[in-house]
Amino acid sequence: MATKSLKARHNALVTDNKQLEILEGGIFENGELPYFKDKIAQIGQFPLRPKTLEILQINVGYMCNQVCEHCHVDAGPDRKEIMTRETMEQCLEVIRNTGAHTLDLTGGAPEMNPNFRWFVEEASRAGVKDFIVRSNLTIIRANKKYYNLPEFFKKYNIHVVSSMPHYTRGKTDKQRGEGVFDKSIKALQELNAVGYGMPDSSLRLDLVYNPSGAFLPGDQSALERDFKKALMEDFEIQFHNLFAITNLPIARFLDYLMASGNYEDYMYSLVEAYNPSAVENVMCTNTISVSWDGWLYDCDFNQMLGLKVASKIKHIKDYNEEVLTDRNIIVSQHCFGCTAGAGSSCQGSVT
Amino acid sequence: MADSYYDPADLRKFGNITEWSEELGTKFFDYYGKVFEEGALSAREKSLIALAVAHVVKCPYCIDAYTKDGLQKGITKEEMMEAVHAGAAIESGATLVHGVQMMNKYNKLSM
Repeated sequence: MATKSLKARHNALVTDNKQLEILEGGIFENGELPYFKDKIAQIGQFPLRPKTLEILQINVGYMCNQVCEHCHVDAGPDRKEIMTRETMEQCLEVIRNTGAHTLDLTGGAPEMNPNFRWFVEEASRAGVKDFIVRSNLTIIRANKKYYNLPEFFKKYNIHVVSSMPHYTRGKTDKQRGEGVFDKSIKALQELNAVGYGMPDSSLRLDLVYNPSGAFLPGDQSALERDFKKALMEDFEIQFHNLFAITNLPIARFLDYLMASGNYEDYMYSLVEAYNPSAVENVMCTNTISVSWDGWLYDCDFNQMLGLKVASKIKHIKDYNEEVLTDRNIIVSQHCFGCTAGAGSSCQGSVT
Repeated sequence: MADSYYDPADLRKFGNITEWSEELGTKFFDYYGKVFEEGALSAREKSLIALAVAHVVKCPYCIDAYTKDGLQKGITKEEMMEAVHAGAAIESGATLVHGVQMMNKYNKLSM
């Protein structure tokens, strides 16, 4: 398993932004598979337009303690892109005035940003209804300074959303690295111990399931049932909901697909599973994604492809919700990942 | 034409059989889809049965399809291999139980 990001390995996919070339070319260019824009045009959804903003998703940095094989962020310990306090202040100004009801912090491991706790404290005062932190779980056990994260999350009533690729050790460690499963189990038990994930608790603990390979996630509720049963029986762990998220062909997952000879089959699977009714609720229609350096994107995936919003407002310092909402969302073939099957978003399936 | 009998890319074209017989093709795929829905058996259990049968009928397309389907449903490799053994045991049992016929015939013909 790789211990460095693609960027640190000078992989052309990310350093020369070859990703869009791949997603626009090959089987799409030669007409074997349709372009995403043509598919959504058939149901009158092109250009795709935002609805009311509901979720402000802020990526506070690409640094992470893990180097997961499927990571579309290409996050890792060697990534130095970290949101500064100055950009965080610009974000806070927006959080205080936004109409969005959900604030969603992601990374990398957001907790590794040196100003993370300060930012959470400040942002929680803005009174957003749902304040999510996407925690990879192992960070809680990575270093003593993170041991009290469960208490910290509880203090600010943070909604914890954590990745857990499988309820078995082998599958988890294969995707996320040796020892990740045991650390994740320990972290979940600690979150349960302070009240997270308990049936009647208001301390929300949701898990994210990403397939560990070149296949799509199955039915979200069936997977949730299997996860709940196994985690309860084996470790007495409880959680609220499972979000089944489709891996999008970006960064390390794209690199994996190509290196393993699965790229074309995977794109076929995504296109075959295209579900027109998922288009209406794709997350880019109610989300704005902010990068570590304050640029604005339609979603975290477009952020990783370097596709800034098609609006005259492109940076958090110039933020204007009304102007931003009046834009066309940028699409490419990776978008088939969000419309496959029951649809996929950072909040799980969308239909 | 491919120069071998089985081409993995042909699996994607399975739906094309409807083009030469629309009514029967459509009826088959409707039936097929219905069979694998959640019912008295879960979709997960049916996927494992399909995987076992895929091996017994030695259909490479079905093996590819139901290995992938199993992964999508979170089925572990241990469960998949046990399902294959269940199929193999029935298949070898079906051969071996004919041994009784052989024994009957042998005994009848022998003094």
